[in-house]
Amino acid sequence: MLTLSHISKTFNPGTVNEKKAISDLSLQLAPGDFVTIIGANGAGKSTLFNAICGSFYTDSGSILLGGEDVTFWPEHRRAKDIGRLFQDPMRGSAPGMTIEENLALAAGRGGWFARITKADREFFRERLSLLDMGLEDRLRQPVGLLSGGQRQALTLMMATMVPPKLLLLDEHTAALDPGTADKVLELTKKIVADAKLTCLMITHNMQSALELGNRTLMMDSGRIILDVGGKEREGLTVNDLLARFKAGVGRTLDNDRMLLS
Amino acid sequence: MDLMTLLSLGQTAFELGLICSLTVLALFLSYSMLNVCDLSTDGCFTLGAAVGAAVALAGHPWLSLGAAMLAGICSGFVVALLQTRMGVNSLLAGIIVNTALYSINIAVMGGSSLLNLNKTDTVFSIVRTALDGTAFENAYKLIVAGAAVVLAMILLTLFLRTRLGLAIRATGDNPDMVRSSSINPVFTTTVGLCAANALTGLSGCLLAQSQKAVDINLGTGMVTIALASLLIGATVMGRGGIFKRALGVVLGAVIFRLVYTVALRLNMPAFMLKLVSSVIVVLAISVPYLRSRWPMLRRRMAHGRVKGGREEC
Repeated sequence: MLTLSHISKTFNPGTVNEKKAISDLSLQLAPGDFVTIIGANGAGKSTLFNAICGSFYTDSGSILLGGEDVTFWPEHRRAKDIGRLFQDPMRGSAPGMTIEENLALAAGRGGWFARITKADREFFRERLSLLDMGLEDRLRQPVGLLSGGQRQALTLMMATMVPPKLLLLDEHTAALDPGTADKVLELTKKIVADAKLTCLMITHNMQSALELGNRTLMMDSGRIILDVGGKEREGLTVNDLLARFKAGVGRTLDNDRMLLS
Repeated sequence: MDLMTLLSLGQTAFELGLICSLTVLALFLSYSMLNVCDLSTDGCFTLGAAVGAAVALAGHPWLSLGAAMLAGICSGFVVALLQTRMGVNSLLAGIIVNTALYSINIAVMGGSSLLNLNKTDTVFSIVRTALDGTAFENAYKLIVAGAAVVLAMILLTLFLRTRLGLAIRATGDNPDMVRSSSINPVFTTTVGLCAANALTGLSGCLLAQSQKAVDINLGTGMVTIALASLLIGATVMGRGGIFKRALGVVLGAVIFRLVYTVALRLNMPAFMLKLVSSVIVVLAISVPYLRSRWPMLRRRMAHGRVKGGREEC
């Protein structure tokens, strides 16, 4: 579904601030893969997502998405095939617009002059009721009134309303309180399973990195240093992961937000 | 002063308010929706007036409205091009285009800085002739301006509820989200600025034709006056749907002109208009800000007093 071959990105090349964010990284995802990513601060996890989304163009290498070469596609064009959630629940929706207006933009149905129809509203209501947050009765309220958890759930709904070829989750539950985080995570699992989405998820929770999905990547210094899946992954514990990290990098895993349990 | 004079003064203010409310609707689109402060408004207003006058002088009064809007679209397109594709800061883009328009406007007016429409057919004179002898013969300006405003308001409201309109609103609210809805914010900014400047051009064209003259300084200060009206309208109407807010915008423009007329009657010199509108804009923007800072300032002042007291002991 997604093929990254030998992509590299250096920020501020030739200056004292030069930073090699991604170096010669290759990755291949099969359709339906649910991959969790862990790594230290500055390992290049979010930068990898930015490269896939097209927030910047890579210095070298190529990106294939669903068999199409998207290496030089602008961000908004790739967005048709990619859904993305950020840690900040405010980033995915427009606060000054109503819930139905946000959903209508995300659904992207009809031409430029299409308006929100009765059928659209019915569809939105039906989808929102899956969230079980009472949002289906608040279609005409501005999104700015929702809580962080509600907004993140809404963003998840918006990102997956038209099933994307690839769903990128960038610590999307990290800024929520534990109860809400669990709920959004459950929703994520359900939506990903129902639509059989291919999904990449960054997490700082090593336990859920091993529990969720079918494959786990560990990143450091812009490279993938560990890629486990299938049988090998099943018996793995958090301590094994830490040991593998130390063996691979030569130092202990250091992340101020990393949860070890 | 008798009642008739008062009424006719009120009517003039109302007409002017309606005509200028088209520019306020334009800023409603660019400033409130797109979150772009389009400083080319002054020049674009005069451009609409000049193009409209030139086309009317050529004998096409109805065509002049379309021509003025088209000129506004071109001007808006250039502003959008500068800020989205050529790396020019959005405020600077407006100022640059505004400056350039000064030359263009004089060129449109055939090298002179004043065009006279006294003996020319305009949309207003046509409607006046049509209404001659009916009960509305004195309200012809009101009818033309009112029709234009109502039409603009309805079209704008309908437009802002389409997918493109939603995308334009989201561009000012959260551009990241527009991009993730696979819409190019460059495109929405461009369309929004073109539409806004079409309204500004129309507004200028109608003002020129209603006062039967264009001069190169017609639009000077228009952006501040329109902003003042916009902010008055937002205060009067409060929160609400798009149509309610658009209505508030028109109301704001009319209120502004009425207050200004009253101030003139109270012997305020006419040249104070621009100072007054500037003060209104500053107040409308700064008061909510200062109000939010006020509790903090008060605490700091109280803190200072306590500290001073201790030192005395």
